[in-house]
Amino acid sequence: MSRSRAAIAWGALGVLAVLVAWELYKFLGPADGLVVGAVAGETGSGVMILPRTNDRAMPHIWDMVARLFQSASGGDTPPLIVPVVTAALTTLGIAAVGWLIGVAVGALLGLVMQRWRLAEWGLLPWIVVSQTVPLIAFAPLIASIGSQVDRAGTIPWPQWLSVAVIASYLAFFPVAVGVLRGLEAPDRIHLDLMKTYAAGYWPTLFRLRLPAAVPHLLPALRLAAANAVVGAVVAEVSIGMRGGIGRMLIQLAGQGSSDPAAPWGPTFGSIALGLVAAGSVALVGLGLRNYRRGEATV
Amino acid sequence: MSAVIAKGVGKTFGTKAGDVVALTEVELTVEAGEFVSLIGPSGCGKSTLLRLIADLDSATTGELEVFGKPARQARINQDYGIAFQQAGLLPWRTVAGNIALPLELHGVSKKARADRVAELAALVGLEEFVDRYPDQLSGGMQQRVAIARALAEQPRLLLMDEPFGALDEMTREYLQGELARIAADTGAAVVFVTHSIPEAVFLSDRVVVMSPRPGRITDILTTGLGDARTEALRESPEYFERVTAVREALHGAPVERANER
Amino acid sequence: MSSVEALREPQRALRFIAPIAVGLIILALWFLVVDVLHAAPRALPSPVAIVGQIADHYDIILEDMGITATNALVGLAVGAVVAIVLAALAATFRPIDGMLAPLVAAIAVVPIVAITPILNTMFGASSQFGRQYVAAIAAFVPVFVNVLRGLRQTRPVHRDVLRASGANGLQTFRVLTLPTALPYLLTGLRIASSIAVIAALVAEYFGGPADGIGTAIASYAKSGHAALAFAYVAGGIAIGLVLFLVMSLLERLVTRGRPV
Repeated sequence: MSRSRAAIAWGALGVLAVLVAWELYKFLGPADGLVVGAVAGETGSGVMILPRTNDRAMPHIWDMVARLFQSASGGDTPPLIVPVVTAALTTLGIAAVGWLIGVAVGALLGLVMQRWRLAEWGLLPWIVVSQTVPLIAFAPLIASIGSQVDRAGTIPWPQWLSVAVIASYLAFFPVAVGVLRGLEAPDRIHLDLMKTYAAGYWPTLFRLRLPAAVPHLLPALRLAAANAVVGAVVAEVSIGMRGGIGRMLIQLAGQGSSDPAAPWGPTFGSIALGLVAAGSVALVGLGLRNYRRGEATV
Repeated sequence: MSAVIAKGVGKTFGTKAGDVVALTEVELTVEAGEFVSLIGPSGCGKSTLLRLIADLDSATTGELEVFGKPARQARINQDYGIAFQQAGLLPWRTVAGNIALPLELHGVSKKARADRVAELAALVGLEEFVDRYPDQLSGGMQQRVAIARALAEQPRLLLMDEPFGALDEMTREYLQGELARIAADTGAAVVFVTHSIPEAVFLSDRVVVMSPRPGRITDILTTGLGDARTEALRESPEYFERVTAVREALHGAPVERANER
Repeated sequence: MSSVEALREPQRALRFIAPIAVGLIILALWFLVVDVLHAAPRALPSPVAIVGQIADHYDIILEDMGITATNALVGLAVGAVVAIVLAALAATFRPIDGMLAPLVAAIAVVPIVAITPILNTMFGASSQFGRQYVAAIAAFVPVFVNVLRGLRQTRPVHRDVLRASGANGLQTFRVLTLPTALPYLLTGLRIASSIAVIAALVAEYFGGPADGIGTAIASYAKSGHAALAFAYVAGGIAIGLVLFLVMSLLERLVTRGRPV
């Protein structure tokens, strides 16, 4: 069996193991879950470290799958999988826009920081700190600025654009750092070589620094895609945007007691979303294969 | 016009532990078309001197002229080609792409580039490998590409910093022969840094012996072995005699021979 | 100090001055737009107002900080322990590595916080456990990846030396593998600490008890108390920074004297 086929086989086995573990726990685990430190007579005390095994808290896997193909909200509404996929695609589109904005801003910052040491010293600490500010804090700010711009009429600014801008806040950071590290990656000997050719900043940038940066850039772009997805989902929830998967997650979770398998629909949708986003970026990496020769394999 | 004239050249580096005098009072003239080796133990400043000529560093004292201009001007005018100990090929470019790099940077037309690359690849014997990538080549082949690249713009001066240092002895001897042939054919002056006494004597018209702390020139010997650098030369008595002379100059004292004890 | 060294002193000072200068400029612009020009939307509070809110409400802010910080730390600890154990298994047994690799790669790219509503259903909406679980999953990935890399990082020449000295598996592990992997573990912990704090915070938006920094920020931002929301944001940043600094210090202590 070839190596990549063996890898796929083991991977599938891993996923299967998780599914089996879920059902096994349902079958064998304590009905009321495992609670540590409970005080007798006091309901709700202690910490539950393993969940209850009843069908409300932990639906069977086949129930989760079946629910996807039952109608979304009873009656003639289409099966749950339809709104889930629609919402996931909506969020994917918004995340993609956010990713593009984040990549553009991040790349620009990375270039500027590599060109001028002073810019790196002044900006990089703040760029790092920026990621500790929770998105939710300024999501309403961006949304209100966005609606003001939209009302002023010069450029249309739909609500989803605010979500994309907020998502780009999480996406720009890995790109800025990745571009900076990548542009500084060339060996001393290559830089000396360029100097002996009396090549200025721009030729050196295009012929040496950018190609040498590709191995650093690709993981950064992948991380930025994953971050853009998270950012889009969180921003949707905080702004209250309809049509995306973030809102659906919250909505169906609220109905969790009456319809326990339903929240798993958008959950699977979000997982698929992340995988598709990362996979798309990996495709970009395929096209740039020649620039990754000499990349250390981990 | 002489290729390199160094008068009173010195270089001092500042470190945390104080100033390090890498080079001092260097007086050296390299004539056009002459092959000169720099040899000496670690820290004698030979690589530093080469870097000063290449304008990769600037001298702290003295005057350094390359073809009658300051080193910086010579670099901007692309008067020299350089090869390092590591071949320094760009991994994402083919052999042809690597050889063409200086030509691309200086705006040579596509057709002229292709012709020159073919010429150079033939010169170093790599015509069949022009579309390979560096990771598909052996160390010796990579170094040949680096030499071809250094010759791309037909420089009148070649600067080489231990280019054969990372190679095995057989490849080394072969490449020495090739380099001697190429240097003779192109008529370029060569400044060649090396650790190896036989290599220095085989290749050069003159051998510059240096020593460290502080880095300085202690002796300059003429090899006087004629123009033909063939394999037969390696077995000749005159060759061995010059090798001994260089060794003695390096050690600072006559070396006792085994059959004289 | 040599002559060349003397030229470097102002350069080193500039390294610290530059970010501080940028920060002051940002602060000045912010103050200008909000308090002087009154040109900011209501959602952007004045820095002065934020400081005022922090001073007024620092006790409840600290209380909520405690909740979120605890969740983050519990998640970090549990995630790290599980990651170390699984990484050790994956480094030793190829099949386990094969099964785990795609799972870990998938977890790394999916929005973990999307699982929070499900977890709250599983463990009860009044428990902090859902959030701690999310923080644990988020922290797991960087620790696992880094520890696995570290365990594989022993150089062949060192392995040969130990083999030639007749060391058995356990001795090799103690003398070579463990010290080699330790810096990688600490790097993973440093990355995981920031991620755990953010995950614990963001998880609060997706349900669970009505406490913690995240819920406070969300509710105050929504209800228009922008300055108070930002005061809580300052608390969230503080947690993240403190944890990051502690982990960075630890990392530096352990890797002192080692070549990079």
